[in-house]
Amino acid sequence: MSVDVKTVKRVAHLARIAVSEEDAERMTGELNAILGFVEQLNEVDVSGVEPMTSVTPMEMKKRADAVTDGNKAADIVANAPATDENFFLVPKVVE
Amino acid sequence: MSDLTQLTISQARAKLRAKEISATELTESYLSAIDRANGTLNAYVAVTGDKAREMAKASDARLLKGEGGALEGIPLGIKDLFGTEGVHTQACSHVLDGFKPRYESTVTSNLWADGAVMLGKLNMDEFAMGSSNETSYYGPVINPWRRSRLDTVVMPTTHQGDGGFVSAGGTKTQRSLDNAQLVPGGSSGGSATAVSAFLCAGATATDTGGSIRQPAAFTGTVGIKPTYGRCSRWGIVAFASSLDQAGPIARDVRDAAILLKSMASVDPKDTTSVDRPVPDYEAAIGKPIKGMKVGIPKEYRVEGMPEEIEALWQKGIAWLRDAGAEIVDISLPHTKYALPAYYIVAPAEASSNLARYDGVRYGLRVPGKDIVEMYEKTRAAGFGREVKRRIMIGTYVLSAGYYDAYYLQAQKVRNLIKRDFENVFAAGVDVILTPATPSAAFGIADEDMAADPVKMYLNDIFTVTVNMAGLPGIAVPAGLDPKGLPLGLQLIGRPFEEETLFQTAAVIEQAAGRFQPEKWW
Repeated sequence: MSVDVKTVKRVAHLARIAVSEEDAERMTGELNAILGFVEQLNEVDVSGVEPMTSVTPMEMKKRADAVTDGNKAADIVANAPATDENFFLVPKVVE
Repeated sequence: MSDLTQLTISQARAKLRAKEISATELTESYLSAIDRANGTLNAYVAVTGDKAREMAKASDARLLKGEGGALEGIPLGIKDLFGTEGVHTQACSHVLDGFKPRYESTVTSNLWADGAVMLGKLNMDEFAMGSSNETSYYGPVINPWRRSRLDTVVMPTTHQGDGGFVSAGGTKTQRSLDNAQLVPGGSSGGSATAVSAFLCAGATATDTGGSIRQPAAFTGTVGIKPTYGRCSRWGIVAFASSLDQAGPIARDVRDAAILLKSMASVDPKDTTSVDRPVPDYEAAIGKPIKGMKVGIPKEYRVEGMPEEIEALWQKGIAWLRDAGAEIVDISLPHTKYALPAYYIVAPAEASSNLARYDGVRYGLRVPGKDIVEMYEKTRAAGFGREVKRRIMIGTYVLSAGYYDAYYLQAQKVRNLIKRDFENVFAAGVDVILTPATPSAAFGIADEDMAADPVKMYLNDIFTVTVNMAGLPGIAVPAGLDPKGLPLGLQLIGRPFEEETLFQTAAVIEQAAGRFQPEKWW
């Protein structure tokens, strides 16, 4: 499988990365090189093989449903580019 | 000894405990070495001198009372991927500009609890994506190793010798260093250079596809990626969560064992942290390997592999055989599919993990007319080319209509890769010996690699299988190539049998000796 410039632009939008016409053209070539490389996986007979879901066989750890942390709103917003009274500020979302 | 930076961790530990040296003296030696070298080698992206002096002072107080921890007073460098409270943590990306976390990663917390001193944050490929440390927003790291050549010098018939004029004439050979700058490997290039150039006693690193072992091999240092789940991932900037593991880069096998013992822990904050006590890795060093079964996988003899790599491998086999190990040929039939499967799984996980860099909660924000344009502009400006490439691949293989063909197929192949190893271990093999990398360190801005991303990816061909199967792997220096550059061998073990790796790597180290670059910086 290979991608064209139109697909690259669509994927870039899905990934929320602005691309110029020039970027999109360059990326098309690069992505096709990588997709060409991974194509060889189709040779592998995977009938009856389950996809890996966990690299080490383990029970998912569970913890007690208790409040153990919190009350640190100021810490959480400390690195944000724009905040107001411990809220993150973003451009207007709803008209 | 005049230069304290030459001490290994185990040597410094003994001198600190015996009060022959102080943590403050040791730390000052490293800080001045960094001051002299960093402008050239670019290993550190942030030096925390004040913090280091404060920590060293506290270590000296504890040592005086005889209360020193396992790493008391040992100065370390920390890869920029580890969250360090109040200190530069950017995964060497522009998108995390100015980020100073309000928390400390579990691995670094463990190190400080054992008394280690932080010298600063180490350069790396952006978000750990790269094999040459050239994708860092902070510029490439330079390998302290340079190629050298043997020149035959014709001596004049009458020349000034050591004891006055002599007239012997004849020729002599001398090694001269080439000026070309080489990469230290990646993504933990800053860690590898800092350890190799004596700019820290040891360093933390992380390995998703070979990012500890490949740079260790390129710089003549020891690097171990432990079993998935051995070190907590909490507080480490995520790249590909099912593959990422932290581990140390150190000057020798014993130092790597000392560091891993402190870094590893059982952590309730990481659900994939495995509930097993951390053994005393150092105790494994020096144990005989007589009767150990060492597997040699035929699939690692790849086409176009340089002669010196094959020769190095054969030397490693001979050393282990001489030490009493039984050498057996094995087959890991799905080896060649590990790298292509990795280049689906890792970008898929990365595209999801890196979705959080949106200009809202931390780091860079580029304004836009609405929120979507703000996201798109921020991410376009904040991520470098390699990171964008991987996010794009990941987004594509996870998008509607392609998920089964790419991602699901890769995860099935991943199970087959893991099964290959399980079969070999079930047949009684204790450890697997392979080369660590397909070549020695290459030049900065290598044209072939810049033109074709897949060429760069091939650097991880011998290391990536280990991440795909979640196994432990260690790279240990084993010799120099004809141009005088270090080469490493890799040992792969059963899950949670890091002790076997230290035990076997120590035998290789004993036979091969240790290597350090000639100082030019």
